[in-house]
Amino acid sequence: MALQTQHPAPGASPAASTVPRPKANKVSALLHRSPRLRLAGLITAPAGWLVLVYIAALAALLITAFWTVDTFTGKVSTVWTTDNLVTVLTDPVYQRITLRTLWIAIAVTVIDLVLALPMAFFIAKVASVRWQKLLVVAVLMPLWASYLVKAYAWRNVLADGGLLEWLGAPIGLESPGYGETAVILTLSYIWLPFMILPIYAGFDRVPDSLLEASSDLGAKPLTTVRLVVFPLLVPSIIAGTIFTFSLSLGDYITAQIVGGTTQMLGTVVYANVGAANNLPFAAAVSLVPIAIITLYLFIVRRTGALNSL
Amino acid sequence: MTETLAAGRPTDTDAVPAIRLRKLTKVFGDTVAVNAVDLDIRQGEFFSMLGPSGSGKTTVLRLIAGFELPTSGSVELEGKDVTGMAPFERDLNTVFQDYALFPHMSLIDNVAYGLRVRGMPRKERHERAREALERVQLGKFVGRKPAQLSGGQRQRVALARALVVQPKVLLLDEPLGALDLKLRQQMQVELKELQRSLGITFIFVTHDQEEALTMSDRIGVFNNGSLEQIGTAHEIYERPGGAFVANFVGTSNIFDAAHAQKLYGRAEQVCIRPERLRLSWTAAPEPRAGVTSCPGTVTSLVYVGHATQVRVQLDDGPAVVVLAPETLPGGDAELLDRRVTVSWDDDAAVWLPSHGS
Repeated sequence: MALQTQHPAPGASPAASTVPRPKANKVSALLHRSPRLRLAGLITAPAGWLVLVYIAALAALLITAFWTVDTFTGKVSTVWTTDNLVTVLTDPVYQRITLRTLWIAIAVTVIDLVLALPMAFFIAKVASVRWQKLLVVAVLMPLWASYLVKAYAWRNVLADGGLLEWLGAPIGLESPGYGETAVILTLSYIWLPFMILPIYAGFDRVPDSLLEASSDLGAKPLTTVRLVVFPLLVPSIIAGTIFTFSLSLGDYITAQIVGGTTQMLGTVVYANVGAANNLPFAAAVSLVPIAIITLYLFIVRRTGALNSL
Repeated sequence: MTETLAAGRPTDTDAVPAIRLRKLTKVFGDTVAVNAVDLDIRQGEFFSMLGPSGSGKTTVLRLIAGFELPTSGSVELEGKDVTGMAPFERDLNTVFQDYALFPHMSLIDNVAYGLRVRGMPRKERHERAREALERVQLGKFVGRKPAQLSGGQRQRVALARALVVQPKVLLLDEPLGALDLKLRQQMQVELKELQRSLGITFIFVTHDQEEALTMSDRIGVFNNGSLEQIGTAHEIYERPGGAFVANFVGTSNIFDAAHAQKLYGRAEQVCIRPERLRLSWTAAPEPRAGVTSCPGTVTSLVYVGHATQVRVQLDDGPAVVVLAPETLPGGDAELLDRRVTVSWDDDAAVWLPSHGS
């Protein structure tokens, strides 16, 4: 059976049988010929945004931290000084606030990690394809609601006579009330999707055959998790912890809504920008979380955990 | 389905089979992937499970390994029932189709993995892993990661990793599928030699009939979740047990019952291999006893290197393929539509039991 390409007979009308030719496009053709032009067209806008809006703003922040405020007029005076930084680093009040913020961020990260690992495993490896989609949507759903609404919802949950107290009363549990614990609970809730999603993606990338191979070679399930699954998930876990850790470190809204009198670095920044009208000091305080995150990334890099990304 | 031909026949010796499957069945949703398979695989044998994709051969392998649990039926390993056991409780190992090497471990850690989870001290397991890697000619790559290797090298690592724990049975799931032809042929020879020198039972899943024919002591041909035929390569090729096997393993010219009735007076399908047919370009019949001749017309010629496949439409029969090893008496254009005679010895004709179709 020979396959024959059909050519129109010489006498046949060409209009009836020809396939339309692709249309010429000068701009596309020019871009096709010039890779540099293509690249320039592609990255000019994002690169411009990155340099102007992002890096310039950070630099401005850094510079502002070394200025001061004229106590009489309340205006920022551009006299260089390290007073702000020295106060932030040496004043026991700010040291305590820094340590508390760090503790809250670590606690939130650990709680989210413990919750996210089994959940991500279930979504990626146990649930059927249909359920997988539904569960990913369910994880993302809280992100559709406003941050403020979620924080105020938790304020209600934690309130005197609120949901938590009502649920906990039969088993002798009380609501922790507004304070540090409330902040940790609320932030853990709000940032959980940011931990689940990268870990889910990480689990999804581990082929089933690796788990089967491990079992085939004689490893019991927990050994497989320790020797195969966990090492392969480390980059995803780190991605998740960077989200929850840095988002918690900079938070001030939750602290204000459910934190009672709890001060975090974010609330200090907020108070100094607003009530105290001391922008340079606020800038100096905000350098602390930036420094902590930079340190964290540096440590992570040094352990080699990001090499297999 | 009718009963499987030659399946479950007791082995010649009294020895316990390495693997014994009894009425093994696996149902996924409403598909029957494996349908009541009975199979005995002998100790130290190179057994191939051959079949098209979706025929259930890989599922049978996964049931033997324990990655899937059967819907019904049983799996025995050296006389011991392992049907409900987890993979890590079964004394057999698998070489995966995608090799399934651990990407975060060096080659030596990959190969030593099975020893590590069995609690062997680091020094000893590394020594053994190094030996195993040297045996597959990868001794100088021990520190590399799997991503730095070629497909063929990864395949050898997977083999070394499975063999270093000295399993009773080695399962291979289309391990040569991703390799190019030359490398595949080389690995076929190496695998066969390895199996002979180790004396371990190999169960080899493949859809490549040539691979199965060249390597195996015995072959089981799968179709639609059932075993169609079990036999040596010679038996499978020369005496196919049904139309499916005749068509799947090599090329077959099958005469249906009506044509067979005219030729031989027996209303059953009959099959003749292309290389057993002879072609007379002068359309001269062979008037000898025990030889059958049929006139026909040449419809196409395909040159395949060592011979030419000539397709002939028989006047009173099906279109047949003749493998003509000799030089043809002219160019393609002259030979097309030429009147010819096709002849064969009657003992080349294989009667196919009707149930196999």
